[in-house]
Amino acid sequence: MNAVSTVPDEASIFALWVYLAQSPLLWLTITVGVFLIAQQLARLSGYRPIVNPVLISIVATASILALTHTDYRIYFAGAQFVHFLLGPATVALGVPLYRNRRLVISALLPIVTSLITGAVVAILSAVWLSTLLGAPHALTLALAPKSVTAGIAMGIAQQIGADPTLTAVFVISTGIFGAIIVTPLMNALGIKDFAARGFAAGLASHGIGTARAFQVDDVAGAFAGLAMALNGLATALLAPVVLRWFM
Amino acid sequence: MLIGLFSLLACQLAGEVIAHALHLPIPGPVLGIVILFCGLALRHRLTGSDPTDARSAIGSTSDTLLRNLGLLFVPAGAGIIQSIGLVASNGIAIGVALAGSTLLTLIATVATFRLVRRLSGGDRA
Repeated sequence: MNAVSTVPDEASIFALWVYLAQSPLLWLTITVGVFLIAQQLARLSGYRPIVNPVLISIVATASILALTHTDYRIYFAGAQFVHFLLGPATVALGVPLYRNRRLVISALLPIVTSLITGAVVAILSAVWLSTLLGAPHALTLALAPKSVTAGIAMGIAQQIGADPTLTAVFVISTGIFGAIIVTPLMNALGIKDFAARGFAAGLASHGIGTARAFQVDDVAGAFAGLAMALNGLATALLAPVVLRWFM
Repeated sequence: MLIGLFSLLACQLAGEVIAHALHLPIPGPVLGIVILFCGLALRHRLTGSDPTDARSAIGSTSDTLLRNLGLLFVPAGAGIIQSIGLVASNGIAIGVALAGSTLLTLIATVATFRLVRRLSGGDRA
C-alpha cells in the first residue's frame, strides 16, 4: 500500500472493491461483524424478544448483498466457514445435555410424549395450512421440515424431494418467529416450568429458539437443545411417512 | 480449544460414517450427540472428574459455540435473496402456514409436556 502515496482515485477504489467482493475474506468478516452489532443491539434492548440478533443480521446481510448486486454464491463462498460450524455446534449440544442428565432422566416420559406430539403437529400443520391456502406443491414440501435445525432439515428436504435452499429459508424464518413469540406466548399461557418452555422452544424453532432459551434460562436452554436434537431425529424418521400418508 | 473442537468434529465424523455405512435415516450430527454423550460419561467414570466443566476443553468450546449459535444461521438465512420472488408471490400462504404451524407446535408440545409431567407425578422439580 505504501506505493500509493496519492489519494486513490475512483477507479482504484472500484478495483479494490472488485477484488475484495470476490474474496471469501470480505463476506466472512461482514457476516461476523454484522452479527456482533446485532448482538450488541439485543443486549442494549435488554434481550427483548423482537430485537432478535439472527433476524437483524439476516436482513442487514441480505440488504448489503442486494445493494451491492452480489451473487449469493459469492457471498456463501466466504460465509460457508460459519455455516459449516452448524454441524459441530449441533454435536456440542451433548455437553449441556450431559450437564443436565439427571433433570432429563427425571422428565423422560414428558420428553418422549411431547416430542412425538410436537414433531407430528409441526409437520402436519405446516403441510395442511400451506395446502389449504393454495401454496404450490414445491413450497409445501419445503415447509415440512421447517422446525428442524438447518443442517438436518436440508438433508430431510433432499430426502423428500424438496429444494434444500428453500427449506433453509423456511427453517430460519420459523426459528426467528418461534424465538420472538415463545416468551410472550408462554407467559400468556402461564407456564412457569422452564424445562417445558425450553423443550417447546427447541422443538418448534430449533437452534434459534435454543439460542433464545439460553438468553432466558440455563435449564430452558438445555431442554431446548435436547428438543432440537431429538426433533432432528424424529422429523427425519417421521416426515417421509407422514408426507406419503398425507399428500 | 483445539482439543474441544477436535472432539466435536470427530464425534460428528463418526456419526456421519455410522449413519452412511449402516444406511440409517438418522442425521450424522444427531448420532454425533449420542457419541459425545457416551464419551463424556465414559471419561467421567474413568477420571472421576466432570469432563464438561466450563474450564475444560470440551466444556469451554461447546459453551462458546452454543452462546453464538445464532450466528451460524445467518449464511443460510441470507439465502432468502435467491428465492425472494417465489416466497413473496406466496407470501400470505407461507407466512400463515409458518406462523400458524409454529404456534400450534409450541402449544401442543408445552401442553403435552406439562400434562404428562403432572400425570406421571414428576412435578417436584
